[in-house]
Formats: sequence, C-alpha cells, structure tokens
Amino acid sequence: MKEELFVSGREIPNIDPFLHIWHWQIPIYLFLGGLAAGILFFAALFTVIGKEKEMTATVKWGTFLVPGALVLGLLMLFLDLKHQMFFWRLYTTIRMDSPMSWGAWVLMIITPMSFLWVASYLKELVPEWKWKYKWIESLLEWVETNRRAIAWVMMALAVILGIYTGILLSAFNARPLWNNAILGPLFMVSGMSTGVATVMWMSKSHSERRILGSIDLLLIIVELFFITHMFMGMRAGSEVMIQAADLFLGGQFTVSFWVFVIILGLVFPAILEVLELIGYKIPIAIPVILILVGGLVFRFIMVEAGQITRYLY
Amino acid sequence: MRYAMAIDTKKCVGCSDCVVACQTENNVPIGYCRDWVTETVAGSYPNVEIELRTERCNHCDNSPCVRCCPTGASHIVDGGVVLVTPEECIGCGACIQSCPYDARYSHPDGYVDKCTFCNHRVIRGEQPACVAVCPTKCMYFGDLDDPNSDVSNALKNRKYKALAPEAGTKPHIFYLI
Ligand code: SF4
Ligand code: SF4
Repeated sequence: MKEELFVSGREIPNIDPFLHIWHWQIPIYLFLGGLAAGILFFAALFTVIGKEKEMTATVKWGTFLVPGALVLGLLMLFLDLKHQMFFWRLYTTIRMDSPMSWGAWVLMIITPMSFLWVASYLKELVPEWKWKYKWIESLLEWVETNRRAIAWVMMALAVILGIYTGILLSAFNARPLWNNAILGPLFMVSGMSTGVATVMWMSKSHSERRILGSIDLLLIIVELFFITHMFMGMRAGSEVMIQAADLFLGGQFTVSFWVFVIILGLVFPAILEVLELIGYKIPIAIPVILILVGGLVFRFIMVEAGQITRYLY
Repeated sequence: MRYAMAIDTKKCVGCSDCVVACQTENNVPIGYCRDWVTETVAGSYPNVEIELRTERCNHCDNSPCVRCCPTGASHIVDGGVVLVTPEECIGCGACIQSCPYDARYSHPDGYVDKCTFCNHRVIRGEQPACVAVCPTKCMYFGDLDDPNSDVSNALKNRKYKALAPEAGTKPHIFYLI
C-alpha cells in the first residue's frame, strides 16, 4: 500500500470549523445533571433505608440545590440549541433510540419532583412559612405520606439521569473517544461523587460527614478504576480508538487531564479524605472544591476532545 | 427500492461543478455546501496516484443520525433517502456529532441541513443535480434493487469501495476504483 502523502480533505470555511457543534453549554449541562443526580440519589437512598434523622444534610438540605441546578441545566441545554423556537418539539415525541430524548424527558419528570421534595422540607427550614394555596398544602401532605415510594422512583430516575449524562456522548459511534460503554457508568459515578462532596460540605454533623466521606472515597476509587478501564479498552481497540486514547496519553490533553482531573480532581482529594477519616483535621472545603472543579474540567475535556476524534478515510 | 450513487474516481477531474450545481438547485446559503470534493495524493514520484472524490451524505442504511435525533426531524423516506424536516429540527447538533462523514451542517437559520439526493427531482424522474451536471459523467445514480439501473450496471463491471465502512453505517455512495 502506498503511503498517503497529502489529503486535501475539505475546506469549507463556513462548515468545518463549526462541526465542533457543542461548546461550553454542554459540559456545564452534563456537570449540573450529574451533580443533581448524585444529590438526589443519596437523598432517596437514605430515605429508603430510614436514615432521615441521622443524615439531615443528605436527605433534606442538600436537595435544596437541586431544583436550581436542574433549571440551570435545562437553560444550558436550551442555549445550546440552534433552532430554539422549535425546542418544544422535544416534547411532542418520545424516541427510544435517542439519548437526547431520554434526557429531555427524564429532566421533565425529575425537575418538578425535586421541587416537590424541597417544598415538603421547606417548613422544617423556615417554620413560619405558609403556602398561599390550599392545594399546595394537600399536595405536600401527600408527598410526606408517600415519601418512601417517591424516594424509590427518584432513585431510579437519578440513576437514569446520571448515566444519561455519559450516554449522551457514548452513543456517537462517529466520535471514537466517546463511543465506549463505560462512559455512562463513569459519568454517573463522577456525578455522584460531586453530589456527595457538595452535601458533605453542607453537613454540620460529624458522623454524617464521616459516612459521606467514606462513600465519596469509594466513588473516587471506582471512578479511577473506570477511567483505567476506559483507556485499556481504547488501547485494545481499532486505530481510531487508539488515536483517541493517545490524546490523553501524550497528546494535547495529557497535561490538563492528568493534572486537573486525575491528580487534583481525584487522587489528591481522596488522600485528603483518607487523612480526614483517620483523624487529621482537614478543612472540608479543600477536597470538595477540588472534586467539583475536577468534575467540571473532566466534562469540558471529554466534550472537547471527543469532537476532535473521527473516522479516517 | 434503494437509491444509491456510484462515483468513478478515475473519471472525476475535481472541477467542483457538482458542488455549484447543488448550491444552485437547493438554494444552499453562500459559503455552505452539501457536497464537496477531496483529493488524496499517495506514493512518491514516479509512482504517484491521485484520487479525486466528490463526497456527500451516504444515505446510510444503518443511519446513526436518524437514531440519535430526539424529535424525529431526521427521518428516512422511500428509497432509503435520509432527510431533515426543518420545522421539527431543534438544532441540538446530535446528528452532526453522529455522522462519521461530517455530511451535515448547521444552516444559518438554525436547523440542520444536508444532501437530500435531490429527492424533489428524483420523484419527478430526474437525476440529482450533481449527477446531471457532471461534465465527465462520472456519477451514476439509481435504484440498487433494479439490476438494470445505471448504478447497478456501474457496480457490476468495476471494483468499488465505500468510505469508512468500519464505521458500520452501511453507506450508499460507492466509489469505482
Ligand atoms: S452520511 Fe451521515 S448524515 Fe448521511 S445518512 Fe450517513 S450518518 Fe446520516
Ligand atoms: S439537530 Fe435537528 S435533525 Fe439533528 S438530531 Fe437535533 S433535532 Fe434531529
């Protein structure tokens, strides 16, 4: 076979530079979605196993961030659209094959649910709070009596939302970096870790922090394992996959990925959490901020890098 | 019925008439295009080979762009032609990400646009604009299921390839080599 010396490719100045169709909105959307999924999952989990009293920050106060995060996430999704006046088309159909459709619908269900969840705890936070309308009162009473059942549904939806943030990318066969089945679980675990870290920051109880700290540590270890797994899978794959992996193993994203995501975003906070667990006093804000920034950078890098990778012909 | 195109890389001279014909026929905004010509030079003197290819949407059988579309704007019509309905498209860009051939682009009006195989001409029994205009007649269009169509005949007698078949989308633009 002759070596290809020169491929003119195409040069369409109005098209080719814009094939990077996803910009800052999508990573932020994925980050907020993952964060919300993480907070909701553990709020629901500890409700289901009856630990509302011990884990107040997880079950109650942390969730107050969720409606804001989800609404902001939906706004990001909207800003990303190029034909915005037709955005309601998302909700005139359900497409099982399309991750984008799944995400739009899950958000449509989980966002009002998070509002209800938060509203039902509002009176505990502000005792003199009065709802204007009678029907809100009765709706919230219904939520309180059925909280367990709602928590089960919310847990399932949180998992779908968390996995979806990864599957949105991994469903694209044409972008070899994204196209691996571990990306869904990886984004879910990463989102849960950011959620748990945030709640840990809000918690005032020592024992709750310890529990959350150990959960977060476990999540970080699983995440590191998944990332290793992802690169091993790509290195064992076809040429385009090897090239995709090489972006992180010597290519242009090597430094940003290993320094900001792996070391500062995962390994270092994990070490701090271990130190905290064995009794050292660590200001909780440090590992939490590192985890949050690491999670955000991770999504920016994955979205950017994935759009560079492509099939060659 | 299954429409397909066969393109003779030995006859193409890279004049880009097909590109201009498409822009004119389909009112493609200035600076954009639905088809394009690439050139590959391989080997070294005196054993140099040049391959010229006019490329466009492959109207794939296993089309990821249709599957990932959240609204159904991207859809398949008779003959396996992949189309986009502008009034249903939200411009989410998922289909642009999903296409291994970068055959789609974001129209300045917001929706996503691409080659239609000149469906409006084909249903009138005409050839797509690019095929009709080619001065070297290097493109053959027609129904693959009909053994006597132009495209079936072209593929019968020559060796051919498809681009990036490993992407698994079952493309339907074939290059005679
Ligand atoms: S070439 Fe791209 S746009 Fe055309 S059908 Fe195949 S995947 Fe879809
Ligand atoms: S940009 Fe339009 S055609 Fe493409 S996937 Fe989104 S809604 Fe469908």
